[in-house]
Formats: sequence, structure tokens, C-alpha cells
Amino acid sequence: MPKRTDIHKILIIGSGPIVIGQACEFDYSGTQACKALRAEGYEVVLVNSNPATIMTDPDLAPRTYIEPLRAEYVEQIIKQERPDAVLPTVGGQTGLNLAVELAEAGILEKYGVKLIGASLQSIKIAEDRLLFKDACRRIGLDVPNSAVVNNAKDAILLADELGYPIVIRPSFTLGGTGGSIAYNREEFTDAIARALDASPVHEALIEESVLGWKEFELEVMRDHRDNFVVICSIENFDPMGIHTGDSITVAPAQTLTDKEYQIMRDAAAAVIREVGVETGGSNIQFAVHPETGRMIVIEMNPRVSRSSALASKATGFPIAKIAAKLAVGFTLDEIPNDITQKTPSCFEPSIDYVVAKIPKWQFEKFPGSDSTLGTQMKSVGEVMAIGRTFKEAMQKGIRALEPHTPWRPPAEVTPALLREKLTTPRPDRIHWLFVALESGLSPAEVCSLTKMDPWFIQQIEEIVAVGKRAAGVTLETAPRELFWEAKRTGFSDEQLARIWQTTPAAIRNARAKHKIAPVFKRVDTCAAEFESYTPYLYSTYEEEDEADVDARPKIVILGSGPNRIGQGIEFDYCCCHASFALKEDGYETVMVNCNPETVSTDYDTSDRLYFEPLTLEDVLAVVEREKPRGVIVQFGGQTPLNLAIELKRNGVPILGTTPESIDLAEDRRRFGRLLVEMGIPQPRNGTALVPEEAVRLAGEIGLPVLVRPSYVLGGRAMVIAYDAETVRNYVAQAALMGSARPVLIDQFLEDATEVDVDALCDGETVVIGGIMEHIEEAGIHSGDSSCVLPAVSLKPEVLKVIREYTQRLAKALNVVGLMNVQYAIQHDTVYVLEVNPRASRTVPYVSKATGVPLAKVAARLMAGKKLSEMDLPLAQANGVAEIPIREYFAVKSPVFPFNKFRGVDTILGPEMRSTGEVMGVAASFGEAFAKAQLAAGIRLPRSGTAFISVNERDKRTIAPLAKELESLGFTLIATRGTAAALRAAGVAVEPVFKVNEGRPNIVDLVKTGKVDLIINTPLGRESFFDEKAIRSAAIRYNIPCITTLSAAHAAAQGIRALQRHGVSVTALQDLHAGKPITSGASASD
Amino acid sequence: MREFSQLASNYRSTETAQNYLERHGIPVIWDLDTRALVRHLRTVGALRGVVCTDGTPAAKLIKEARALPTMAGLELASRVSCDQSYEWARGSVELAAAAGAAAGTSGGLTRAYRADQPSLFTAVSAGATHSASSGQAGRSPDADARRFSVVAYDFGIKQNILRVLVDHHCDVRVVPAKTSAEDVLALKPDGVFLSNGPGDPEPATFAIESIRKLLGRVPMFGICLGHQLCGLALGGRTYKLKFGHHGSNHPVKNLLTEKVEITAQNHGFVVDPESLPSSDVEITHVNLNDHTNEGMRHRTLPLFSVQYHPEASPGPHDSRYLFQEFLDLMMTQEGRP
Repeated sequence: MPKRTDIHKILIIGSGPIVIGQACEFDYSGTQACKALRAEGYEVVLVNSNPATIMTDPDLAPRTYIEPLRAEYVEQIIKQERPDAVLPTVGGQTGLNLAVELAEAGILEKYGVKLIGASLQSIKIAEDRLLFKDACRRIGLDVPNSAVVNNAKDAILLADELGYPIVIRPSFTLGGTGGSIAYNREEFTDAIARALDASPVHEALIEESVLGWKEFELEVMRDHRDNFVVICSIENFDPMGIHTGDSITVAPAQTLTDKEYQIMRDAAAAVIREVGVETGGSNIQFAVHPETGRMIVIEMNPRVSRSSALASKATGFPIAKIAAKLAVGFTLDEIPNDITQKTPSCFEPSIDYVVAKIPKWQFEKFPGSDSTLGTQMKSVGEVMAIGRTFKEAMQKGIRALEPHTPWRPPAEVTPALLREKLTTPRPDRIHWLFVALESGLSPAEVCSLTKMDPWFIQQIEEIVAVGKRAAGVTLETAPRELFWEAKRTGFSDEQLARIWQTTPAAIRNARAKHKIAPVFKRVDTCAAEFESYTPYLYSTYEEEDEADVDARPKIVILGSGPNRIGQGIEFDYCCCHASFALKEDGYETVMVNCNPETVSTDYDTSDRLYFEPLTLEDVLAVVEREKPRGVIVQFGGQTPLNLAIELKRNGVPILGTTPESIDLAEDRRRFGRLLVEMGIPQPRNGTALVPEEAVRLAGEIGLPVLVRPSYVLGGRAMVIAYDAETVRNYVAQAALMGSARPVLIDQFLEDATEVDVDALCDGETVVIGGIMEHIEEAGIHSGDSSCVLPAVSLKPEVLKVIREYTQRLAKALNVVGLMNVQYAIQHDTVYVLEVNPRASRTVPYVSKATGVPLAKVAARLMAGKKLSEMDLPLAQANGVAEIPIREYFAVKSPVFPFNKFRGVDTILGPEMRSTGEVMGVAASFGEAFAKAQLAAGIRLPRSGTAFISVNERDKRTIAPLAKELESLGFTLIATRGTAAALRAAGVAVEPVFKVNEGRPNIVDLVKTGKVDLIINTPLGRESFFDEKAIRSAAIRYNIPCITTLSAAHAAAQGIRALQRHGVSVTALQDLHAGKPITSGASASD
Repeated sequence: MREFSQLASNYRSTETAQNYLERHGIPVIWDLDTRALVRHLRTVGALRGVVCTDGTPAAKLIKEARALPTMAGLELASRVSCDQSYEWARGSVELAAAAGAAAGTSGGLTRAYRADQPSLFTAVSAGATHSASSGQAGRSPDADARRFSVVAYDFGIKQNILRVLVDHHCDVRVVPAKTSAEDVLALKPDGVFLSNGPGDPEPATFAIESIRKLLGRVPMFGICLGHQLCGLALGGRTYKLKFGHHGSNHPVKNLLTEKVEITAQNHGFVVDPESLPSSDVEITHVNLNDHTNEGMRHRTLPLFSVQYHPEASPGPHDSRYLFQEFLDLMMTQEGRP
């Protein structure tokens, strides 16, 4: 049946900021859907609050709204755009929940908007665990015994009945937030309270534990003619009990017989039909008892999901794109398969390789958090690796995770420790499997401790066996067959170098001598049955190479690997843009990346895609095969930068800023000297290797100081030290971690304003892309600080200095491409904190705010174009060219994963902890800030009670803020000290108890909903129990909690804007065209 | 295969694949670039070959392979058929987990595997709203369901076809490939099944002859080679594909319902639909990958056949409904001469 002609304009809802459980896979799916619908002639309106996405590029949809994903804003967009339909299935849980809210509030009906891709009814059945179970039972499928509860008392009675361990899952939450397993009644009592809190409907499911069962997922699609196909089967390496997002997974399923698989396939078909997902993709999870084969249905997602992104990358079947086409009326057999071109999409991909997905965790960012893995997802990213065997895929996946140093077991491994490490799942369990088998534990013992399938353990055992055989010889004596077998089993040159106690380079040379080199195979959906027209490749050690490289001029772009805090979707955005720009200029673009969630690893983003780990060995193999004109390392964050020097040493041409310049900027000592020569101020600083040296240096610089390791992104392990003891401990610990690199110690500029500048340079001319003023003061990691474009409080003379320094620095470093400079302004003096001659985290935000795609421009500069050749809308300011920002303000705000890490203090500091960002745009700074906060999940109150508790330093300056809040109509309450300071300044305020002073105390008030806004600045270096309790209660009860005075001022302006204007929305296309922004309709409209 | 697992890990497993294959004297080739092999076959077409482990020089082996007869013109069905007719009474193996899932199949399976578990099938009826499109669901099970006597020609029959026939209340008698039509009719079957099998259908003239004689006298259902033989018996011709259809993911469109089935296939020859007399024969199924013929039925006489394997094992169950259609055909033909 052809596409629907009753709809013309379709609203696509994105998934908002990157959070744990909902990452850039939804940029990938939204982008695909957008392109697919436009290709069919539909007008697309897109809404997403996340500026770092490709989907919000103003040329991807004709109308793009970067606005909060809240019903009132989306309603305003609907009112303005009048779409005929809304597609809610490509924006994750956020998109789906929002669509449900819009439908239930009658907004869709009011404006005649149809829901396509999923019906309200089917969403409800799939999302409501009870309805879903009923549906499964109706069609004769087995489900875990369970009960839905809405109060703790009933829950405990029922839990006793179902028996322990027992699983607790709150209803309607993302990534399993609030879910857990309780092993006894005591644990359960605590867990159920948390789960009920976490659920927006105060409801949770408690169910029979299927801990240790085998876990599978089927990615399926159905069209309105009831055609049904399975795109991919996925098996979890980690058995039931660990969230699938935190499990290592493998595709296709490895341990099912055909009989079992077909039963599962039939069940999946029955489920999708019974739930009533008429068109689109779904993900259905199953558990299978390893000894009885009992199969139960766990859950389904009636939408594109993280797993379907993985399945798309694993098979080459573009699920989101096809889902979008099905939603507008096509059937599967009407849509051609892009890869084979000759066959239809109505088929089931066959896979002649194995895919392994491994999550990336960052518990080190959250001291005090529990790194045990369970039913709540805690990983921040993932890698995917492709090999011809499970062993090869697994080994490639492990190295793709890019550990700073190879994982090593502690010096002493006792049997008890080993048992514990195998029994309790943590991020490093995969490494302990190797340790266990190497140290002689039998595969059977390992299986019984881990509950992993014996087949998987056997595979690891086979890897270990090859390693042991290799250890029996040396590089010189190793026969070619053993060398070949090791490479074929996935051993990297680095692993072999460790075994043979030599360097990876020596291994590399020996490989060349033995003529052992990888070949590239294609991912083609059909196991080579048909010719493939898309060069989607992976390396392996086999006979035949299918890369089929032609002679067109090529440029290789290195991606950013797994998402992590500090290196996320922003860099993928830049890589994609480089590819788009260079493609337009006639180059053949070659992408190398290993992150299955991204747009960059979509087979139609670049001309050629290599799904490979970003290690020197793997990248060199690609470069050798492709022989590009150059390689771009500037766009993928620290990952490719770390390879730059080595690549160059191996004769690889690096485009843009030279690796030497990059290195100069990264090397604090040399860069510090450069700044001194240039007469540009910097915080006093130095480097130290040992504790004594560090303490002496800190004394010279003057406390407080900022202490951090060299070469990191996202401020990993940075601290502000107010005393010598902290400095000493920090350096001692760094040495303990085996870091041979020095520790950097900088003067910490208190109360300074921080500024970020992104600039372009072609080696001669400099263009400033944007000068962003941070809302939080210096000391808070730039990635965790809200910022505003244009700057709102910088004096003209300060701006002039910033412009001048930026221009001089770009020239001094011979920047060709992008450069980011961080400045701190203290008492009108501009200090340079850091220069990064590469794409920064803020590039997409600046590009969206100004309408000039900085990364595209930079890619062209790197390929040899000059700024003068490009038609950029420039203004001259203080003699420097600058991309102007029109009459509006764009605020970027971070989003934090604190709700996933219980017990972690939420106070901001120099260590970056945000996972994502949002943007708010409005005619006034206050409204833009309020919108950004709302998009980040913080709804500033328009009225109510504000609680203020600030440190001694802030008590001096708190009065104006308190008066502002008072004038906005807020009732003020404060802790004793703060209240006294406020009263002295003539502000009416009610004192309240601190936690240890009596009851009801401030936490009681928060819990009973008597507080609407919290302003709580930390008391210097020590974080007291009281503050932590307030902040964690705020998170739990979702009350805005502001921890810096500057942000509090911004919030007050935001509240004022909200009171005055209500809801306003503006399309990016209108902003960039310079159309005047209308202030929002008033709240009553 | 690329890698041959030395370990069996399944609760039903009794031995490793290697043991099993050794017991049956089946050689295994592994640890080679299978993808290169597929690409080669895709380019040059199906090849004759020799498996050798004793180090004979390649040149000699190539000569040997060249000396082998080509598949075209080769009649193999009678060589692999049974010598004697026999009865088959075993139904499908049921897994512990199968019960629920089987009942959930709507497009494909229409009856529970086990007739002694009517409750499962009732579940299907209850959920029949979504499966109604197949026009099959909702038939209530019946402990004393009508039984059908079926004669199955063995041209190299797969056991799972027999099992599925038994699941569908058939009393099955398997007969050798060269059994005459007269002998078959003497058994007074409700229907005749024409099996799959190896080789070129064209030289199997004995079978084509039998089908011609049986046509119109008894309902017939053919699979794979059986389908090709029907094509020839109806006046059509067959030809050899470059590399055939092999595997469990071939999309086939049912032209009567416009629904797509994912099917298991294993054949080198196909029926040329253009060669069939369209006045008598209706094309019912087509392969969506290469648009070759996958099924047909006689417009007036009780015969239908498919090129693929609706009994798939291994393979998806999407096409199991065809067995029900065979029952329906036998039902409607009841009492006719």
C-alpha cells in the first residue's frame, strides 16, 4: 500500500538531553526518521531540547525547535505549526511519555493531530507491566509471577508470598531508575519505598526473580499488513539480573537451538500482535531457564530503543528509518533494502560474523557510589565490535573501551577475592573471568559462580588457552601459525607485546615480515548472498578482502569512541559535520568509530564506514588500506588526539592543526612558557611528580589550588584543594594509580567568571564563533556549568581583551580548524585557563545558537580552504572577525545523572559529571535560562517558598538576591545563620531547623512539599551531612536546588520572565533568519 | 563453517555436534573463510566439488570434480527414496517451553502441536482478533478430530514434514518414489503428499506420470521437488538457478493474502511460471528477492504446491498454515469422486 496522503506535516519528538539510559541512539533514530519522512515528501517539524544532536541541525528539517520537551511547549509548537501527525516512537521513553501526555490532555485531539507509529492503547499495554503481563497470559505465554503495588504495606505481604530474592521495578521510569533486587525483607522494605518514589504514578511491580536465567532480546518489525520480521536476536553474556544496558551483549544469539529460537520468534510475533503495535519496531525481552528451558516474556518496548540502534548497526538494517516509513503507510515489501538495492526490506538479515557490545561505566566520577551492577542502568556509553568469531569480537570490544591503562588485577589474588569478583557483577567482571581461567579455575566453576552460559565461558577459556600457548614462546621463536591464530583469536599487537615483553611496534614489524595483516569484510544484511553497495566494513584475519577501495581522494575522520562523561554526542556531531562538509566538497569520506549509538556509525553518513576500535593498530590498518589524503583527529575529542603523534610518526598525514601544536597546547609547562612569552596572564601553576614537591609548589602558588592529572578530558579526577594535606593525598594517590605523568597544580581563582570561546582559524585569519559566559563561577567544570551566548555581564574592555588573546593564541599555535579557549576573569583581569586546538564540547551549541555550522567550516579549513573563500556572516569587533548572535539569548544547561547514583553528593566542582546538555532560547536572558532549566528537568517555580542557606562568604552578598525573590512574591525561609544575615539586611525571613537541630527540619519540609526552591551554597571544602541530605532530598522530590549564587541570580531572572511571559517557542530557522522573537503568550492564553 | 563449537551447551543436549556427525559419517569442513566461498559461489554459480583430506594434488581433485555429473539431468529422488512403504506416526518433539509459545503463533500454526492439550488452543481462539487476518485461527480443537489418511511420496522426504502431518491429524503412509498412481489410489487416501528431494525434477518421469494420473482424483500437496514435479506434470518446465535458494530467511509473498512469509529454502531448480498454462494454474507465491516462483494451485482441481519448506526445521514457522490448507482441501473434496 502506498504512503498515506491524508497527512502532510509530521511532528517528530526527540529524546532530549543525554542521560543514562537514553543516549545518542535517539539522535541516530530521530535523524533517520527525519530523513526518511522528508525523502517521502512529508514536511517535518522537529522538537528536541538537545542542541548537540544532528537531528536539530537546521537543514535536516524545515522547522526545528530546540525547546523544552514539556507538554506546554510542544502544545505551543503544535499550535504554531499545525502538524497533521506526531511520530513519538523515535524519541525514546521521553518522546513516548510526552506523546501520551499530549494525547491524554486532549491536545492532539484539539489540534487534529494523529498519533502515528504507535497507538495510545498499545503504548499503554506495553508500558504498563500489569497490562502487558495480562496480554502475554491471554496469548498463552509465560511471564514471571508478580504483583503491582502502590503502597509499602501490601508490597511486603506480597513479597513474602512470592519469595526472595525478589525484583522491584517502578512503573514508567527510564533505564530502570529506582529498580532493584532485594534478597530479604529488610532490603525489600527499603527498596520498595525508593521504587514507589521513583515512579511518577507511585506504583511498582514486584516479581519472582529470574536471576541467573539466560537473557535474550528480539528486535522485531511489523507493518500494517501484519508482515512480521525479526531483525536481530541479541543474547546477554551476563545473565538475568543485570539491566540489559549494563550487560555485555552478543548478536546474533549464540546459545539457542533453532527449535528454541523459533519458539521465541513465534512468541515475539504473538506479543507484538496482541499488544497492537501495528507498525514499526519493537524490542521484546525473554528469559530462558538454563536447566528446564522454561521461557518467559520479560518486557517490550513499543518503539525504537537502544537495542534497536545496536541491532541496526549489527545487521545493517536501518530500523528507525524503516519504522518511520511503516508509520506513514508503507509495507515492508515496498521498501527496498539500501545495502543490496535489489531485495526488499521484508526479510530477516543473516549475519556471518559476531557482534559484541560492551558498556562503558564511569563510577570513578561518582565517589561513594556502589559499582555493583543490577536492574538499574548505570553505564554512560557503549562500544560495539565486530569479528568473525565470538572470541575476536569480544577481544576487539574490550580494547575499544579505551581504558587509560590496561586492566590489571591486584598484586595478590586470593581465592576468596576471586570468588567475590565473579559472583558480584561489577564493570570489571569480564577481566576477572580471564584472571579466573588463567589461574586455573575450571570453566565449570566459573559458570557456577557467574551463572553465565558454559558456551561463553568456554570461549573465554579458548582465548586464555591461545594466550598461554603464546606465552610459551617468544616473538622470535613464535611460529607463523601461532602468530596467525593469536591474531585470528582477536589478540591485539598490544596484548601480544605484553605477552612477549616487547613493544607493539615490534609486533607490528614482525607481522609485516610474516605477512599477517587484517582484511576487511562487509556488513551486508545477507551474509554475502547478494552484492552489497554500501562499504560498511570491519577488520578480521581471513583470506579475502572486500574493502574494494577506489582512487577518489579520501579523507579519514576518526570518531570519538564510546560515550563518556566529557566526551559525548557533541564530538560525534562534529565528526558527522566534517563528513557532510567534505562529501559536499567532493571528497570520499571514511569514518572510523566503534560507538553503535551514533549518527557517525550510520552507513549512510559517510561514503565508507569502518566499525573499528580507535586504537593505533586498528586505525593504521584502515589508513593503510584506504591511503587517504589525510586523517582528521580534531573532531573526536581526546580519543583520536591521543593517537595523533603516533599516527604521524607512522607516516600518516594529519589534517589541520599539527600534532606538535596540539601537543604544545596540552603540555602545561611548554604552553605556560608560551603564554609568558606572549604576555598573556595565566593562573600561577606548575607540575609535580611526588607529594613533597606538590606541597611545596602549592605553597608557592598560594592556596586554594586546583590539582589535576595531565591529558584528560572532562576534568577527570580534578580537585580544588584548600589545604596542603589534600594536595599531598592527591599526588600520593595518583602515583599509586600507576600514573607516570606529572600532576598539574594551578592557582585557583575564586569568584572569577569563566568564559569559553570557540574560534576558527585557517592558519592566517581568525574568526570567533562565540564568546560564552558561564553562569556558575570558575572552579566548576565548564561542562557542568550553564552558559549563555552572547555574554551578558562582560565589560566591553574585557571582551576586547578576550578577542585579542584568542586571535593571538590561534596564530601562535598555527591553528587550522577549530580552537577552544577557556578564560577566567577576576577583577577585570583576563586569565587563560586552557587552550584546546580542537573541536570542543560547545561547538554544536554555538552552531545552533548562531546558525553557522562551525565544524563544517573547520573541516573545510583542514582540507585546505581559506576563511576568505567562505561566505560567513561576519561582524568585526575590536579588529577581530566574529560570528554575530542576533537579538536573542541562548542558554546551555547541563543534565546530571545523580538520580542513578544514590548517596553521591550533587555539589558541582572541577570534576565533570553531567551526561548531557540542553539549550533554551528566548528574547531575554531570564527566559532563556528558565527554559534551559526546564528542559534539563528543573521547573523553576513561579511562586511559593524559597529556602536559602549559604556559606559565610556568600552571606555578604545574599541580600540582593533575597530581596529579588521577595519582590517576586516568594516566602523566604532560611537556616539560622543565613536568616540572621538576611534580617540584618532588612529581609523578612522565617528561620528553620537544620537536620540536627530538631524537627520538623528543612529535609522534613522538602519531603512534605513545603519548599519550592532551594538555594544552598556549599560551606567551603567540607560537605556536611546536612547539606548533602538537603540536596539529595531535593533530587528525590525534584525540587530545584541551586548551589551557586550566580545561578541563583539567573534563576531569579528566569522566574521573573516566567511570571511575565509564559510559554514562547521559536523555530531555529526563524532565529537564524533574524525574524523577531515573539515573547510567549501569557500563561492564561 | 568458520568455527565449529567443541562444546554443547543446552539442557536438551546429549552429545556434541562432532560426535553426532561422526556417528553418521558426515564430514565437516571448518576454519575457512566461508564468506569468501559464498562470494565465489555467488559469482560463478553452484559448483561440483570433491572433499579430500589425504593430500591428493589439487589438479587431480579438480579433474575428479570435473568428471562428476552435473546436477542438471540428474535423477536422484529414486536413489534416496525408501525401498518399502511404511507408516509414520510420530508427531513433533515438544519442548517444555514450546507450549506457551506455540499457542501464540497466529499467522502460522493454527492448531496446538498436541491435540491432548486443548486449553492451549483455546488460548489462541481467545486472542484470535489479531490472527483473524490469516483466515485460519479460531478453529476449535477437537479431541476426536477427524483424521485424514495421507499417502506421502518419498522423493527424499524430510522427517519434519511427516511429523507436522501427524500433528495435523494425518495417518501417514510413506511410499517409495516409483510407486504407481494405481497402487496409491488402491490405498484410498484422503490426500497425497509429494515430498521434497534432491536432483533435477525433469528426468523423474515416473513421478511426473503418477502425478498426472492422480490429478483430480485425490487432493495433492507438494513441497520443493514435489512442487517442481507438479509444475512439470501440469505442462510447465523447470530450470536451474545460478546458485539456488538456501537458508532460512527468504521472503515469499502469498499473492492471495498479500502477506509475506519468511521461509526456509533449499533448492537449485525452479518452475518457470510463464511455462504453465494460466487457464489451469494460478501462481500463488513469489520470492521477493528474485521474483522466482514459490507456489501455485490448480484452478479447478485439488492440487497446490510450494517451492519452499513450510515444515521448516530449522527455520521459521510462518508457512505452517499450508498444512491446514491441505486439511481443508481434503475436507472439501470429501465425498467427491
